[in-house]
Amino acid sequence: MGTWTPLLLILIATSGYGFWYQRSRGRVVTASPKAQSEPLRLISSLEIGSELGSRVTLVQFSSAFCSPCRATRALLTDIVADLPDVVHVDIDAESHLELVRKLDIRSTPTTIILDARGLEVGRAVGAPRRDQVIATLANVK
Amino acid sequence: MATINRNPSSIDQKNVRLIDARGPRFSATITTIILATTLVTHSKVLIGIQLVVFAIGAFAGPQKTPYAFLFKKFVKPRLSGDVPTEDVRPPQFAQKVGLLFAAVALVGTLLGHPIFFVVATGFALAAAFLNSAFNFCLGCEMYLLIARATHRFRK
Repeated sequence: MGTWTPLLLILIATSGYGFWYQRSRGRVVTASPKAQSEPLRLISSLEIGSELGSRVTLVQFSSAFCSPCRATRALLTDIVADLPDVVHVDIDAESHLELVRKLDIRSTPTTIILDARGLEVGRAVGAPRRDQVIATLANVK
Repeated sequence: MATINRNPSSIDQKNVRLIDARGPRFSATITTIILATTLVTHSKVLIGIQLVVFAIGAFAGPQKTPYAFLFKKFVKPRLSGDVPTEDVRPPQFAQKVGLLFAAVALVGTLLGHPIFFVVATGFALAAAFLNSAFNFCLGCEMYLLIARATHRFRK
């Protein structure tokens, strides 16, 4: 007969991770302003394969084995439909690995919020919450 | 303004099969119970059964496993409201990962290496438990990391 120790350790460790996962996924995190001396890391329309929005661009990174990517796409499509100065771009992460590394994207869906210059002002890992996306969009000048 | 699609694997394409999203999560709960019991009892029979279930899920699809059959027969009729759908590929990917771990666990225990059995069963259990309790999406977390790592390796 075996012992209960491995089972208990796994349940404790995965529960801890699971609670963190549930809390962090979908939360829109705004980027902290960089020091003046640091060069701005701008994302160009060339890199995302689409024109930037005149005020905001939502760059969504998706992959094939990702359930919440579909819901994220539907949500963001719905949000930008009413906003003439915001563009939503859905990108296949696997075929844009350069950009994925540059932005340090580790899981899908990840949505990067760019201002008019292409500067990252926030991001959400996991399917973002509608109210948080709308609040963040309202704050981008 | 508008959504621009730079995503060839887009799940909105017509050829993608959608399944009831609650099925895989129910199956993950059964899988968790089986793997937890396997880990405590070190039963070769149980890991063997779970390996067969993973193999069906990995190759025929997660909606074709015995657990999915239980869901359709006994659970689904009792659920009401809209049916949430999901792309079949993410749960199928998770079944493939589960199959890999179950295979390592079974081979490990048959060759008399219980450490392989415990570690591999443990990883499969962790993934199944996270999926069942926290709606964890294994493909979301693992696939891009694998793509990043293998691409770098190839270069």
